[in-house]
Amino acid sequence: MGQIEWAMWANEQALASGLILITGGIVATAGQFTQWYLGAYSIAAGVLVCLLEYPRGKRTKGSTMERCGQKYLTRVVKLFGPLTRNYYIRAFLHLGLAVPAGFLLATILGTACLAIASGIYLLAAIRGEQWSPIEPKPKERPQIGGTIKQPPSNPPPRPPAEARKKPSEEAAGIPTGGPQENPMPVNDEVV
Amino acid sequence: MWVTHDSRATQKVTLVWLGMNVFLFVWYYRVYDIPDKFFYTRKLLGSALALARAPAACLNFNCMLILLPVCRNLLSFLRGSSACCSTRIRRQLDRNLTFHKMVAWMIALHTAIHTIAHLFNVEWCVNARVNNSDPYSIALSDIGDKPGETYLNFVRQRIKNPEGGLYVAVTRVAGITGVVITLCLILIITSSTKTIRRSYFEVFWYTHHLFVIFFIGLAIHGVQQIVRGQTAESLLKHQPRNCYQNISEWGKIKNCPIPEFSGNPPMTWKWIVGPMFLYLCERLVRFWRSQQKVVITKVVTHPFKTIELQMKKKGFKMEVGQYIFVKCPVVSKLEWHPFTLTSAPEEDFFSIHIRIVGDWTEGLFKACGCDKQEFQDAWKLPKVAVDGPFGTASEDVFSYEVVMLVGAGIGVTPFASILKSVWYKYCNKAPNLRLKKIYFYWLCRDTHAFEWFADLLQLLETQMQEKNNTGFLSYNIYLTGWDESQASHFAVHHDEEKDVITGLKQKTLYGRPNWDNEFKTIGSQHPNTRIGVFLCGPEALADTLNKQCISNSDSGPRGVHFIFNKENF
Repeated sequence: MGQIEWAMWANEQALASGLILITGGIVATAGQFTQWYLGAYSIAAGVLVCLLEYPRGKRTKGSTMERCGQKYLTRVVKLFGPLTRNYYIRAFLHLGLAVPAGFLLATILGTACLAIASGIYLLAAIRGEQWSPIEPKPKERPQIGGTIKQPPSNPPPRPPAEARKKPSEEAAGIPTGGPQENPMPVNDEVV
Repeated sequence: MWVTHDSRATQKVTLVWLGMNVFLFVWYYRVYDIPDKFFYTRKLLGSALALARAPAACLNFNCMLILLPVCRNLLSFLRGSSACCSTRIRRQLDRNLTFHKMVAWMIALHTAIHTIAHLFNVEWCVNARVNNSDPYSIALSDIGDKPGETYLNFVRQRIKNPEGGLYVAVTRVAGITGVVITLCLILIITSSTKTIRRSYFEVFWYTHHLFVIFFIGLAIHGVQQIVRGQTAESLLKHQPRNCYQNISEWGKIKNCPIPEFSGNPPMTWKWIVGPMFLYLCERLVRFWRSQQKVVITKVVTHPFKTIELQMKKKGFKMEVGQYIFVKCPVVSKLEWHPFTLTSAPEEDFFSIHIRIVGDWTEGLFKACGCDKQEFQDAWKLPKVAVDGPFGTASEDVFSYEVVMLVGAGIGVTPFASILKSVWYKYCNKAPNLRLKKIYFYWLCRDTHAFEWFADLLQLLETQMQEKNNTGFLSYNIYLTGWDESQASHFAVHHDEEKDVITGLKQKTLYGRPNWDNEFKTIGSQHPNTRIGVFLCGPEALADTLNKQCISNSDSGPRGVHFIFNKENF
């Protein structure tokens, strides 16, 4: 399994965990469960995780599919530099964020999912992976006339001299005066 | 636009399936929301009871269905090889997998509703036991504390929330299995996204096997019967509608003895045991098939990263345009990859053409020694396993006098099989071959894909010349993507006899075909004929061709008729 970038899966898992944390948090808060403030925390943690994980990192090999509209968040995530680039930090951040939500049944699933994501990120970090932003390539505008390079230096390819003579002779109407002896065989060119 | 026959069938299946989901949801919602059996349960839990049970019924239904579309051998066996609904490899596979994914998403949705409803149930049940609720619920929950009583509220310990809820989750089978299987489901889903599936197949495949834990957990999820309702005997003696108001009198007055409760026996296993057994059979069949000896008789490297594998397997029977799954344990012990068969049934071997695009194909390339220059001994070739053939035959091609075959890009692959088979039938004067003329259109982005297929066309061209029937097959190759350097190259060599790209006598054309012209020309050359049109390509092209068929066909019974074969390809 040498080619796997674990961070890709960790990213999907973490994003899902964020959504589950948000959902569990909303249930606990809206239902006014006991210690529902943990639910409120869970919503906040879930939102943070989602924002962090939404922009997909660039794969080292091959092209990466961007998530819809991720370029705005990419800019923000990029700002934090090594904090977001390094997967060890991400692993421990996710683990830390997950713990408080584990005290409430409504959010414990989010905790479990985020903890697993944290584990996969740790694995990714150990294998030396890191997050790099997907930068948009500068658009190559097709310049009008840009492909016209220098004027041709060679004349266009022409049929051999013998064949060239025939049409011009006919055009000029010069009588050939009998069959012409050709110095070398001439192929009948299909015009 | 749901134009094709295929799409209409898929649409019908989807609607029926959605309808069943809605029906089950509403039906089971009413089962828990209306009858007196759950009158007191509803007092405790409100509509959260019904909201948990309705998705549970839908989950039973969908978990039953989800295993079925991936039983490819079973499905193939059921369909047989009737010519009624031929489909191409990707379309066929896609349809099964699309349904599998739809059902999976429905399972995820119902799991969410079910879990959320039960979160409320647990919270309220626990609260009722620690006097953190309305007096009625507390009183109802007290039933079961005295000896001889059966409980309504499944929470018996008096531990307050949130620890109470957590305690329930870890001490009840339903709680443990619920958390575990939901976790399995989430892991399965996150590892099945397109990115992961395409790039890291092993992660997807291994993680997907968590479904085994999912199904086992699902089967035992309800064993402790924590959803409680009043027993039938108790309902005779104690009618809730008469007695509910004087709960403090229960047991003391004659017509309101203390009600007795019991749980629902688990139902899920009845739904899923059948498909689980079928899937087990499917895996056994795949395993057995993969153990059958397959010999690679020849490996041919074609230009531009394509290799051809010719193989033999005892008892292998194929028909035109079918596909097989191939596994090469040396490359990957797990992965099966589908390939359209490019050989004709008349040949004594079967072949596939493989484009080297990813890890597995590159591994296969090396394993077959294609990267080495010298001749490879036959015993050095890797062992492969073959599952199939799948897909249904396209026998219809042979029954028309004139056909138009259109292949776009990779869609040309099944035509290799068809063209070869047609030629064999023609040479052997097969009785079921009415075909006299083939118009073949190959639309392609770039020249790279040409090579091996061009070889085939060249071979056919030569053979037709020998048989003095050069008019049998007329093919048109359209390069739909070309750049300036190529264009200038073409312009210079336009006059040469053989096409500069393919080496074929018939020239390559550039851009897209003018279908209107094509249809009119063909129609005028074959008046009073039924002309079959077969396409292997994108839906948009199917629309175009279908419209052309309709507009260029004569309205009366005589005259030329173009028949677009929607079922095929």
